Amino acid sequence: MHEVGIANSILEAGRTETARRPGAKLMGIGVRVGVLSGVDVDALRFAFECIIAGTEDEKVVLTAENCPRMNRCEDCGREYVSPQLSPFTDAPCPGCTSHHTSFVSGDQLDIAFVEVEEP
Amino acid sequence: MTVVRVEEKVLNENQRIALDLRRRFEEHNILCLNFISAPGSGKTTLLESTLAVFPPGEKIAVLTGDLQTENDARRLMRYSFPVQQIVTGGVCHLDGKMIDRALQPWPLENIDVLFIENVGNLVCPSSYDLGEEAKIVLLSVTEGEDKPLKYPSIFHKAALLILTKIDLLPYVPFDIEAAKANARQVNPDIEILEVSCSTGKGMDEWRAWLAERRAKRQGAVSAPRGGAEKRN
Repeated sequence: MHEVGIANSILEAGRTETARRPGAKLMGIGVRVGVLSGVDVDALRFAFECIIAGTEDEKVVLTAENCPRMNRCEDCGREYVSPQLSPFTDAPCPGCTSHHTSFVSGDQLDIAFVEVEEP
Repeated sequence: MTVVRVEEKVLNENQRIALDLRRRFEEHNILCLNFISAPGSGKTTLLESTLAVFPPGEKIAVLTGDLQTENDARRLMRYSFPVQQIVTGGVCHLDGKMIDRALQPWPLENIDVLFIENVGNLVCPSSYDLGEEAKIVLLSVTEGEDKPLKYPSIFHKAALLILTKIDLLPYVPFDIEAAKANARQVNPDIEILEVSCSTGKGMDEWRAWLAERRAKRQGAVSAPRGGAEKRN
């Protein structure tokens, strides 16, 4: 729903990074989107395509990596992918079957990298 | 081709503003609470019932967001506390910049508690930090008890879930225990209250929760016990 705003922030971050390198051209941006971030990757791609169309950045490739929810087992220390979105915190540790688990990640909305072509 | 590792949050600019807001709230001992729910879950009504019992001299302020109209601000203004409507003009959430701008005419030393009523939407507001101390999510019993599973992001981030309109429980097929269990699957630490603004049921517990948070924020040595139900 708010993916256009997010797409704009991503493009801005890419442009800022590119502007630091004289003569460089923005080619791609990589983002990480967690399942709990509230952002839908398909909608984000669509929004990104819409805002770059007809601009000097219309060839910029958006690479979006979907990140699952990661849990940690407090008993054996194992970190694992919670197998489904819901119910997730109750997904027991696949190693020792303990339910004593905690949240590690899955709510990220990060720029991972920017790809530029330098002269 | 050069690949530059960036590693920053997409909403970096909002995050920067939110951190600055949080620092200012802390400096002035302001308890800031961000109310989020679907449209029609009872955010404005809960705020009305909450404002109604504060003694007039209390330093309470309200920011309320909507896509259009000043209807909510008009409802909330009757309680003689400062209220400001933020009309987003189509934007589906409040962001840090809107809060920062809205606060400019208000001297922060005149505020102890700042209620922010977000735009009615369970999705987008969860992505935007407003510098608040806690997000509070409302879910009314006329909605589905599986909402925490369908919209996990906000339930994951909220400190408190308020189940509203519980006076309607006899008339709707809402399994309140299932709703609580679903919320705790997403967020085992979430506190849960049940209220009805029509009958007043649960309002004492909500006020106790608020008083406890206020006392904590103002550094009181012994905070009164809150009424929210914690996980066993």
